[in-house]
Amino acid sequence: MTALLVNGVPRELALDGGTRLADALRDSLGLTGTKLGCDAGDCGACTVLVDGAQACACLTPLGQCAGAEVETIEGIAATPEGQALMARFHAHGAAQCGICTPGMIVAATELLRRNPTPSEAEVEEALGGVLCRCTGYRRIIDAVRGVEAQAETGTVGARLPRVDGAPKLDGTERYGADLAPADALWLRAIRSPHAHARFTIGDVASFLAAHPGITRVLTAADVPGRNGYGIYPHIKDQPVFAEHTALYRGDAVAAVIGTRAALEALRLEALPITWEKLEALDDPRAALNAPALHAQFPDNVLAEGFVRSGDVETALREAAHVVQGDWQTSFVEHAYIEPEAGYARRIGDRIEVWSSTQAPAMDREEVAGVLGLPMEAVRIIPSACGGGFGGKLDAGIQPMLAVAAWVLDHPVRAIWPRSESMAASTKRHPARITARAGCDAEGRLLALDFEGIYDTGAYASWGPTVAGRVPVHATGPYRVPNVRARARAVHTHQPPSGAFRGFGVPQAAIAQEALWDRLADACGLDRLEFRIRNALVAGDVTATGQKLDHSAGQRLCLEALRPAWAELRAKAAARNARGGVLRHGVGVAGMWYGIGNTGMSNPSDMRLVLGTDGRITFFNGAVDIGQGSSTVLAQIAAEALGLPVAALRHVNGDTATTPDAGKTSASRQTFVSGRAAMEAALDLRQKILRGSNGVLGWDGALTLDGAPFRPSAPIEGLGRFDPPTVPLDANGQGIPYATYGFAAQLCALAVDVKLGTIQLQRIVAAHDVGRAINPTLVEGQIHGGIAQGIGLALMEEYLPGRTENLHDYLIPSFGDVPPIETILIEEREPLGPYGAKGVGEPALVATAPAIFSAIRDATGATIHRIPALPHRVLEALKETGRW
Amino acid sequence: MAGGTDVFPARAHRIAWGNPSEADWLDITAIPELRGITLSGNSWRIGAATSWAALRDADLPAGFDALREAARQVGGRQVQARGTIGGNLCNASPAADGVPPLLVLDAEVELASTRGRRRLKLGEFILGNRRTARAADELLVALHVPAARAEARSVFLKLGARSHLVISIAMVAADAEGRVAVGACSEVARLWDGTPLAPMDDVRGSAAYRHAAAAELVARAQARLAA
Repeated sequence: MTALLVNGVPRELALDGGTRLADALRDSLGLTGTKLGCDAGDCGACTVLVDGAQACACLTPLGQCAGAEVETIEGIAATPEGQALMARFHAHGAAQCGICTPGMIVAATELLRRNPTPSEAEVEEALGGVLCRCTGYRRIIDAVRGVEAQAETGTVGARLPRVDGAPKLDGTERYGADLAPADALWLRAIRSPHAHARFTIGDVASFLAAHPGITRVLTAADVPGRNGYGIYPHIKDQPVFAEHTALYRGDAVAAVIGTRAALEALRLEALPITWEKLEALDDPRAALNAPALHAQFPDNVLAEGFVRSGDVETALREAAHVVQGDWQTSFVEHAYIEPEAGYARRIGDRIEVWSSTQAPAMDREEVAGVLGLPMEAVRIIPSACGGGFGGKLDAGIQPMLAVAAWVLDHPVRAIWPRSESMAASTKRHPARITARAGCDAEGRLLALDFEGIYDTGAYASWGPTVAGRVPVHATGPYRVPNVRARARAVHTHQPPSGAFRGFGVPQAAIAQEALWDRLADACGLDRLEFRIRNALVAGDVTATGQKLDHSAGQRLCLEALRPAWAELRAKAAARNARGGVLRHGVGVAGMWYGIGNTGMSNPSDMRLVLGTDGRITFFNGAVDIGQGSSTVLAQIAAEALGLPVAALRHVNGDTATTPDAGKTSASRQTFVSGRAAMEAALDLRQKILRGSNGVLGWDGALTLDGAPFRPSAPIEGLGRFDPPTVPLDANGQGIPYATYGFAAQLCALAVDVKLGTIQLQRIVAAHDVGRAINPTLVEGQIHGGIAQGIGLALMEEYLPGRTENLHDYLIPSFGDVPPIETILIEEREPLGPYGAKGVGEPALVATAPAIFSAIRDATGATIHRIPALPHRVLEALKETGRW
Repeated sequence: MAGGTDVFPARAHRIAWGNPSEADWLDITAIPELRGITLSGNSWRIGAATSWAALRDADLPAGFDALREAARQVGGRQVQARGTIGGNLCNASPAADGVPPLLVLDAEVELASTRGRRRLKLGEFILGNRRTARAADELLVALHVPAARAEARSVFLKLGARSHLVISIAMVAADAEGRVAVGACSEVARLWDGTPLAPMDDVRGSAAYRHAAAAELVARAQARLAA
């Protein structure tokens, strides 16, 4: 029995002294505001105060808390100091997905009690034990320090704090691990420890007899429907449980169902599985001439994307300057702080799945497929999503939970441990890129020849999407009349590469922008002016033959950087003149990004209902994964209705009640679902007004011309939008996207030429977003994208079996993201809601190339192997012969 | 178990990959003798279960500056509040941040068992990666630092690939009397005596890089002490 004080309340817990405080709080006391992200003290999401000091509840044994005072987010949120801090987080947009927010608030509370006016550095040191994957930390620093925020009320254009913000702050938000039926059994996937292996499963009955807490072992034979799922209708290649052969380390071969204690005590060697290790392919170039992973793709080429325009060879022959290079990037892990979690339960001949997801409608299709059920029999209820970034677009935990709950006819839940999440889930494609480019003597781009081999891993996932998107974007946002660009997604025995913020474009942008730097130097032109000279503008035609009629703000973005460019370059030159081991430099990069699916339909449907009580409910199937779509879509709908946002009640994501808004990916929710929300709201308004000139108002319920308006039956407004595109032909000609986001970022940094370390000093980001529906949320996306771009550039490298945790796999921490200045360019997109387009992925794309541009500016070193870890930077510095 | 900051992550990893340990844990943190930082006679005594935070916040002579700086950079404040100096030594990671500062301080470890007590130089205690001279029935109860050593100014430099929560690629502790120790560049951190290091090649850095970085960090530490 351990007696302690929890949030001021005396508690006695009859638990083993070695029980983690986190488990005692969450499971015994129901205090699920303390989130678990890594089980290893690496992420700090579970930070609580023990006798006033920060502690990771996942590292603290309950026995050491005997007689102690423990404070959790629930306790702090109830205090005036906690509420003041939460209000500042809310106003600054310092919580996005919210999974790290309780830990941040608890850590900040400790700091503010001992130091009410901390400096930026003091905040970074005090909160440095908590990782955030969404915000880029700057807004958190501002919120903790009490920098004044510009929160507003209003609709389109207003800095409205997020409509779903409150529960993210006080710990009441429910993520995948926070809810399950009390009697749920636990599921644990059994995964291959080998990259490639044949296996056989033997005598399960004897195993079960020897393991009383374990109810069932599920294998491929237990999958009632199709034992395969995947993004594309013709490639359902990822099995719920592999049959005979595992294709990557982490491939699920079975699942064990039982009590949590029995599953935690389980030794893999006790399972009747025998493994035969097979040769594994880890190089996509070698895989091109190796035995096929999947018979459907005999040369291991899952998909190829190709764009050709003009005559590249002739243009390069005639170019005044030609440069070339090759680059290699690494697997990047999404590292959402919330690992996959959820539960499934069978209700007669229907199934319900609660889980963290970016794509409930797609999960529904996959669950129906693996169970062999009609779609109507499947309900997906998205939990709050503690980060996605593309990684929760694929079904993963849902099919196995659904199979288990269906077969056992009993609720089944699971939480993937961090290392399982990292081993099993999809990654950003490692790319090997070779490219050449040429320009004329005046610095006008003439040609680009681009070849990308993308390691797509063991299963298809979103590989075809990446292969298709990359060649279209290979030129970046520049006029290049002669283009030959090819990208291939190639199977290997590596983790499946899938969707990750940018779908392969960030890797390509690294090559493209490095080439432009060298061409600018060859021409003797300023690197920023070179880009301005070549930037796409309205009226230009892209390599796919698409004429950009509207909303092509690339030149404006680049021009907006001129003052900072001049100032920071002068500063760098002055510092370099003083000598020393730090060499200063400034880099620049541009980017464009097609919003929505590539050359294919991707509609969204939205629905608003005015009830007989005069209240309006917004049935919004778009999942808000922290980026803020619930808020943005509400602002759009309210604007179209002519009512305040507060007039809307929200129903989000549940496939039983909301129409299909499509997935939260491809930066499409503001543009596509936003337009659908606008149409739905206009439809509702028209049906209410019925052609009259009445004035709608809100006094807690709807008014018409100042009088209460209560319809005798509910009135429904429906809206649909599917961006107009034309599929690409064999030469990649067509209209792949209805609109594009544009951006340019510059980065000032210092390189330690003796240690190869990089100190980022400032980033200036100019983004053409069409129209900023909510500038605070737009800036939040830019900050977070930049943070992930920094990680991609400098530290993130997933190596199967070696960096399967958040201390060997590094994502940016406090102090790794420098001050960011954002400049919003608003070149209205006529198709978008109130002129808006997307920003989620554009935020990330330009950052890494701008960093590499700055490293080269500072030192002359060119980075070809990414991430630029210190040892790689030092090697590159040596190659210059200057350092 | 002391602070738990190594054993809980190890347990979670083992469970995740189906290899749980069946060993029982003995929590030793309630033993008063394992706590506290005291000066008696010509020697400082640091209880083995002294937390990083206690070291970080203690008022100690300049010789401890390197150790206190290491404490400030170990994990986040969460780990500093609970992780212990004794645990850091017994865990015997090549990247243990406590070891170089304690080598410079010429620290000894005190081991106790029912057979009695013994003292070992720190360099004789840590034998290799995750290997120490502690017998199965022994507890590390304290560290002892000669008071004279604790007077020389000292610095600690840590090199990692990000700002916070980072395992060292290399680190150096040095004092104004010319003692220098290098960590994460050999299986066991060691005093810098001019003989070549034997660094490992791992995900954080190549061996060649560690050679260069260690030499640079040593030079910087010495320059800082000379300034």
